[in-house]
Amino acid sequence: MAVWVEIDLCNGCKRCVKVCPYGAMEIRDGKAHVLEHCTSCGACLEVCKEKAIQTDVEPRAIPDFNDRKGVWVFAEQRGATLNKVSLELLGKARELAGEIDQDVSALLLGYQVSGLCDTIMAYGADKVYLAEHKNLKEYRTNAYTNVVEELVNKYKPNILLMGATHIGRDLAPRVSRRVGVGLTADCTELTIDPEEGILLQTRPAFGGNVMATIANRYSRPQMATVRPGVMEALPKSRGKGSVIKHKVSLTEKDIGTKILEAVREKSKGVSLSDAKVIVAGGRGVGSQEGMKSLFSLAKVMGGEVAGTRIIVEEGWLPADRQVGQTGQTVRPEIYIACGISGAIQHRAGMLGSRYIIAINKDGRAPIFQVADWGIVGDLHEAVPAFTKALKDSMGK
Amino acid sequence: MNIIVLIKQVPDTTDVKLDPKTGSLIREGVESIINPDDRHALEAAISLKKAEGGKVTVLSMGPPQTIDALSEAIGMGANEAILLSDSAFAGADTWSTSFTLGKSIEKIGGYDLIFCGRQAIDGDTAQIGPQVADYLHVPQVTYVFEIEKIQKKNIIVKKRLEDGYERVQCNLPALLTVIGELNVPRYPMVGRLIDACKEKSPIKIWNASDIGVQAKDVGLEGSFTQVIKTFAPKFKRQGEMLEGDAKKIAGTLVEKLKENKLI
Repeated sequence: MAVWVEIDLCNGCKRCVKVCPYGAMEIRDGKAHVLEHCTSCGACLEVCKEKAIQTDVEPRAIPDFNDRKGVWVFAEQRGATLNKVSLELLGKARELAGEIDQDVSALLLGYQVSGLCDTIMAYGADKVYLAEHKNLKEYRTNAYTNVVEELVNKYKPNILLMGATHIGRDLAPRVSRRVGVGLTADCTELTIDPEEGILLQTRPAFGGNVMATIANRYSRPQMATVRPGVMEALPKSRGKGSVIKHKVSLTEKDIGTKILEAVREKSKGVSLSDAKVIVAGGRGVGSQEGMKSLFSLAKVMGGEVAGTRIIVEEGWLPADRQVGQTGQTVRPEIYIACGISGAIQHRAGMLGSRYIIAINKDGRAPIFQVADWGIVGDLHEAVPAFTKALKDSMGK
Repeated sequence: MNIIVLIKQVPDTTDVKLDPKTGSLIREGVESIINPDDRHALEAAISLKKAEGGKVTVLSMGPPQTIDALSEAIGMGANEAILLSDSAFAGADTWSTSFTLGKSIEKIGGYDLIFCGRQAIDGDTAQIGPQVADYLHVPQVTYVFEIEKIQKKNIIVKKRLEDGYERVQCNLPALLTVIGELNVPRYPMVGRLIDACKEKSPIKIWNASDIGVQAKDVGLEGSFTQVIKTFAPKFKRQGEMLEGDAKKIAGTLVEKLKENKLI
């Protein structure tokens, strides 16, 4: 089982090198060569115009999934409060369902949670599968997995989406294994392939350095998780739908875990993940003193101040305000990067921001590649000027 | 107490770069490390073994050079290690990886606990732990940051939530995925590292036939999901540079925010 190149046919066009998801093709002396870590996935075969790439791998048959219908969202609740990621997923589910002309359904598991059904329908669900049982009161892996498994086997959905929360990341892989399907974690983009009608799942890999688009052709439902804040909820409507009750029988023996105590801790001051505006400082701020103008700007805009790893290492901000690969991932409406060059490790934590404003002395700084609005200049002038202009416009 | 630890060798992510011309990963010269969360899993297993007695077996699937990671695990104090290495395993998604690991754990047998890191820094999926647990029909606790008590039939741990934590009692055998908060991993000892490289090395290598699986059920062939495209992130930004003196720019910016209904 292998993929090889007929050297005489190869014209060295590099299409195969570009398309290889595993970086297993290279050009040597003007000809393509297959490297050792080739997985025989066949992506190169399709793009080779010279038909120089050959394989003895037989194409895998794609099963017929015509009976699989519906886009499902796991409606996550704790203490009868819905997680807003579920509403965001319902918005996405509506869009996907529209493209393949199917319904949107939500799965609601818990105890005395039926009151949430109206909200779920108002945000886009046509149906709610409701499973209530005292053993579902708190989230427990096996209890929830068993019920989702029953529902999936009974109603055979096409797509199943969950939030990449602590619960979703515990439940989704367990469900995927149980019902025998593939799963793609932390998708940032979900679309329907217009030709195949399948779900294309795009997610960052290697800390956001690479994006990968993943297909799940061989199993149903097509399962994916999405981090909170990535998708947008639809405006609340007077949604109408039906509630389908699912009878649950669960014993403690089925579950294997017991929650002895649940402790809610008050957040330790700042919550960058909820901030609508973040004013972030980098090396260019220059000193603790230099942070002051950032705090003034954040105050006027009702936002929070954050920083890069360097700022935290210098001690100019506490560690819980660090944004980036080793800090937090944030998705505010506005992210104002002040004196931040925009190293990949930092970008990984803020690329999901709706609008990015960058202020930096160096016009070639990579931060400008990801900015909506860029200002080349001294932040110590630009930030106070912007703060003043904002105050004036608000009449403060 | 027989403990199995699942680890992964990963590229040091901060070094990963894309070839700007081809858009593919540059793998040459990238240093490989034991996945950070997995080091905490190793530490938890080794310290538990020291307290309770028993044995720690480390399991990893990967190319032959993964042996370096396993040697390091032996150096830290694991008793034995198994490398699952076979070209048939290449290109596996988490479905086929969890199957391969699950099959191997069944072959090892006789375990009380399985430790994994929460997630690997190259994939960030956090899926392997729960999928292996389901394959083996054992309960799981994820995001473990404290091991409170271990008893004959169960273990009591603390599990991190977004806004607090839970104390969970979990029946044994069980699978736990751990986060960095749990402990400080020890350094490997040189003497043990040398032992790992000797003739009677405690590291075994298993291939597909050793664990009784067929090529069609593992690797890319045994996967449900496939990467169909990789690309450098595209930035759909307006990228508009504002010009003029500080005051003029500030005014323009305020207008921009108003236009977009941001203020």
